[in-house]
Amino acid sequence: MNSRESVLLKNADRPGPAGIDEYGEWGGYRSLHKALSMEPGQVLDEVKKSGLRGRGGAGFPTGMKWSFAVADPQTQKYLLCNADEGEPGTFKDRIIIEKNPHLLIEGMVISAYAVGAASGYIYLRGEYPKAKDILLRAIKEAYEKNYLGDSILGKGVVFHLHIHCGAGAYICGEETALIESLEGKRGQPRIKPPFPVNEGFSSKPTVVNNVETLANIPYILEIGGDEYAKIGSPECPGLKLFSVSGHVKRPGVYELPMGVTLREIIYTHCGGIRGDRKLKGVIPGGVSTPVLLPDTIDCPMDFFHLGKVGSMLGSGAVIVFDETVDMVKVCLRITKFFEHESCGKCTPCREGVSWLRAVLERMSNGSGRGGDKDLLTEVSNNIAGKTFCPLGENAAAAVQSFVNNFGDEFKEKIKSG
Amino acid sequence: MALDNKILDEINELKRKYEDERSCLLPALYLFQREYGWLSPEALERVAEILNIPKATVKGVSTFYAMFSHKPMGRHLIQLCTNVACMIMGGERLLDILKGRYGLEPNLTTPDRRFSLVIMECIGACDTAPAMLVDTDLHGNLTEENIIGILERYE
Ligand SMILES: Cc1cc2nc3c(=O)[nH]c(=O)nc-3n(C[C@H](O)[C@H](O)[C@H](O)COP(=O)(O)O)c2cc1C
Ligand code: SF4
Repeated sequence: MNSRESVLLKNADRPGPAGIDEYGEWGGYRSLHKALSMEPGQVLDEVKKSGLRGRGGAGFPTGMKWSFAVADPQTQKYLLCNADEGEPGTFKDRIIIEKNPHLLIEGMVISAYAVGAASGYIYLRGEYPKAKDILLRAIKEAYEKNYLGDSILGKGVVFHLHIHCGAGAYICGEETALIESLEGKRGQPRIKPPFPVNEGFSSKPTVVNNVETLANIPYILEIGGDEYAKIGSPECPGLKLFSVSGHVKRPGVYELPMGVTLREIIYTHCGGIRGDRKLKGVIPGGVSTPVLLPDTIDCPMDFFHLGKVGSMLGSGAVIVFDETVDMVKVCLRITKFFEHESCGKCTPCREGVSWLRAVLERMSNGSGRGGDKDLLTEVSNNIAGKTFCPLGENAAAAVQSFVNNFGDEFKEKIKSG
Repeated sequence: MALDNKILDEINELKRKYEDERSCLLPALYLFQREYGWLSPEALERVAEILNIPKATVKGVSTFYAMFSHKPMGRHLIQLCTNVACMIMGGERLLDILKGRYGLEPNLTTPDRRFSLVIMECIGACDTAPAMLVDTDLHGNLTEENIIGILERYE
């Protein structure tokens, strides 16, 4: 796949999960030993130096997030792992959990030590029943070996870890909705501020991090923050998992340095387009991120550069479309997804997205009306900037990107109707 | 009732995981759904009683989440993904196959109660699209030819 040995995807090609002994043979939990021989503040400094940014979608600097939680005077703190992985096209967190669960657990223990959290939860999406069993077993193993519990490695460090299962609501991946859900409520986002780092789970300072973010922590401790910062893009360095699906010859999860181009991902790592057809478009970071045309695939895949070509890195879920795809239909399917997943809390999202869906549906059926293309733009503009959380905004931006990039196809739908 | 006592034990076990009992709500709903296959109004009432949460609140929370079912389901639950990656790889055509073979449509159950079908929003198996979950088993690389053979394994 690539010359460097896999870190996040170690064991990914093998059938079952790595047990704790096997993980130990690869040097597993060595970074935890190292971390516990340091002061929490020193661990935090390494993560800051690494330049690691959150892999859940928003790309917030991890070290900075942790330092906000550390600075909060309340002593009881929580660490939550976001394993809701709902962004369509994304399947990287599942691979980490199913193949190398101790990597996540070790990452969580180190992170909890750095931020001063004595308990944590993994919020796991309900659609991953197998991952749940694997994690339960791994957590039990970690307790037995004293990597979790009341005195980790005999050093008096306390961290207890539990799994909490979601039940099929995409919005629960949004961190404040996730906290509501963990508290036994409907998963509707909270207003920010206060941010979870000050007032999160049970109103206590809470750090929420994505699975992949946490899985990077042992490696950062192993090689040091400065070394890690040399991997990939200088603006936002590190290792990144790309979930690639759609019309490529070899779909799958790829571990590559940040800043690899879409061209390299599609044509080198994934072997090109099936049937050697032409590329029509590509979604770079999950359906919440604007679709790109083939002329932008030389853009480096990172939080910084994708913004410059009008899209986002999101979760790194690359969905590839060949020339046969009906882009109006794809746009409609994405909009239906957002309509289904809108939590209903604010009107522009709840009503606006339904409206977009209705217009796209009639266009897709061949009964589009004269002004429909402009209507899509108008409705999108009325959603953008007026929603409570990014879901509504992302839906509008996604639709707009399809209309802008594939305008002729949308026009066709009106003519033929 | 014996069954309920078993669930009661499990819920008491759950309470130790959380500082606030309210956090036990989703896991408790899961337990009842696991035992009975769905969440009847009586089950919701029991959960409300056990956790001391108003009935209306329990219902409000329960209906927010797509994976809780509020009507009886078949013996096997087919969760078919039709999101973008599965759609462009042929996932929607599988719906016609299910309809043709079992008369099964989304959100319905076959008259013999063998299968229920729900449409999913991405089950994280996009590299093997189109894909479905049957109960807790993941099946990927589905085709119009192989899907029935897979389902026939579920009595
Ligand atoms: C609608 C919506 C859905 C989200 N879904 C996820 C998700 O499934 N997994 C995830 O890690 N982050 C998701 N996020 C981002 C989280 O809110 C949060 O930024 C992230 O978990 C923080 O972790 P990180 O800093 O490690 O990325 C979502 C955000 C929004 C607005
Ligand atoms: S934008 Fe949509 S999902 Fe987000 S809070 Fe508003 S209604 Fe809910």
